[in-house]
Amino acid sequence: MDTNVASQTMTDIMAKFTAYVGKHLPNDITDKLAELRAKETNVLATEIYNAMAQNQDLANKLDRPSCQDTGVIQFFIAAGANFPYLGEVEEALRAATIEATKKGPLRHNAVETFDEKNTGDNTGSRLPWLDWEIVPGDDSLTIDVYMAGGGCTLPGAAKVLMPGEGYEGVAQFVFDVITNRGVNACPPLLVGVGVSTAVETAARLSKKALFRQVGSHHPNAKAAKMEQLLEDGLNEVGIGPQGLTGNASVMGVNIESSARHPSTIGVAVSTGCWAHRRGKIRIAADLSYEIFSHKGAVL
Amino acid sequence: MRRTLTTPIKDEDLESLNVGDIVYLTGHLVTCRDVAHRRLIELKRELPVDLNGLAIFHAGPIVRKKDDGNFEMVSIGPTTSMRMEKFEKQFIEQTGVKLIVGKGGMGPETVEGCQKFKAVHAVFPGGCAVVAATQVEEIERAEWQDLGMPETLWVNRVKDFGPLIISIDTKGNNLFEQNKEIFDVKKAPILEKIKSQVSFIS
Repeated sequence: MDTNVASQTMTDIMAKFTAYVGKHLPNDITDKLAELRAKETNVLATEIYNAMAQNQDLANKLDRPSCQDTGVIQFFIAAGANFPYLGEVEEALRAATIEATKKGPLRHNAVETFDEKNTGDNTGSRLPWLDWEIVPGDDSLTIDVYMAGGGCTLPGAAKVLMPGEGYEGVAQFVFDVITNRGVNACPPLLVGVGVSTAVETAARLSKKALFRQVGSHHPNAKAAKMEQLLEDGLNEVGIGPQGLTGNASVMGVNIESSARHPSTIGVAVSTGCWAHRRGKIRIAADLSYEIFSHKGAVL
Repeated sequence: MRRTLTTPIKDEDLESLNVGDIVYLTGHLVTCRDVAHRRLIELKRELPVDLNGLAIFHAGPIVRKKDDGNFEMVSIGPTTSMRMEKFEKQFIEQTGVKLIVGKGGMGPETVEGCQKFKAVHAVFPGGCAVVAATQVEEIERAEWQDLGMPETLWVNRVKDFGPLIISIDTKGNNLFEQNKEIFDVKKAPILEKIKSQVSFIS
């Protein structure tokens, strides 16, 4: 395929998919919210869960962004080393962001730092934000689209602990962030935790943890146990939807980790609000695509 | 029965309201967030809308300009109110605003302002932006459009706008502060239990 045609095709797919993600929650989030709503016994919390469900129905029916804060657009890309149009991806995603902003419409959320001017099309220096990983031997492109809203980005925090603070310190950090700052971030939250060496490695992993399915587990048994302990413990605190108390606090806790320096424990927390707008799509070498996050989605 | 506040809101309309009550709003609701607060309080610029007896909404909406030149409210939900804590007490005093709608809690300064100058803060469920947009009957005016779409003062006429959960009343109560104390008390023993099970470094 001619590279110009390929670029235009990728732009078109990603513009439509990005706009779609702003209007429809992924299946795992929808299912989890329905479960939490059914289990809720607090009257005020139930009222809020009802409004949330009504909102998603209306967004679907009226074809509108379900939350006004359609975030800063981020693409986390797992690129097959043999994907034939690697050089076109960055420009296509930039064009797709501009197109989705018109199509959605998406709110204008790109403010050029230091100039303090809104660019008006959701692009700017290093925006949309791209994160790359190379997959050896593969010829497709898998992209996680994420709308990083302001409210649920605000609690984000990272810290490097002394090894003496141990995993006990990790648990303390997660609890402090969620109970102090997560309350205002539109709970029930999906909590992403990164455990690694430094602030930036832990922070990146904490964000990638938010792309994992609700209900999935870390492959390491101890980490999976810690995910469950944190989820159950945070739910026991009973933050409830919008922080107004209720039976649950979170939709889940996902931990991602790397091997680390023996002298440090880097820990980071990223949070996703209940309206966790992310989508996963794979674009094949022939530019056909498959959507994993939203069953039956038509672009 | 639904309890509705209608603008212009009078002090006595707010006296019987308590934190945790649910109300709805009919009348005028003006979006007002970071820069509008900063311009009034820090830069001493006069607001282009008289807010006396009205409601403000900490929100930056998605608005579409229709072919006839009028604006359509597409999606509007609350933003984090705490960002306005620094300005809100003075804002209430200077504008006479009676209802502040937003998301999450606000701090002691706002509580003091609400008590002294008779106003309330209420939460509209965050993320429910299409519900809110469909409760906007008309965007009557748009002021300070130089601030861009999120920060413009959108003057909305709304009907049965809500649910609005009172989080700060006129008596000095702060629902989020009360809840925070509950969370803090619960948190310590839960954390101890978890910590005893994650001593992976041994």
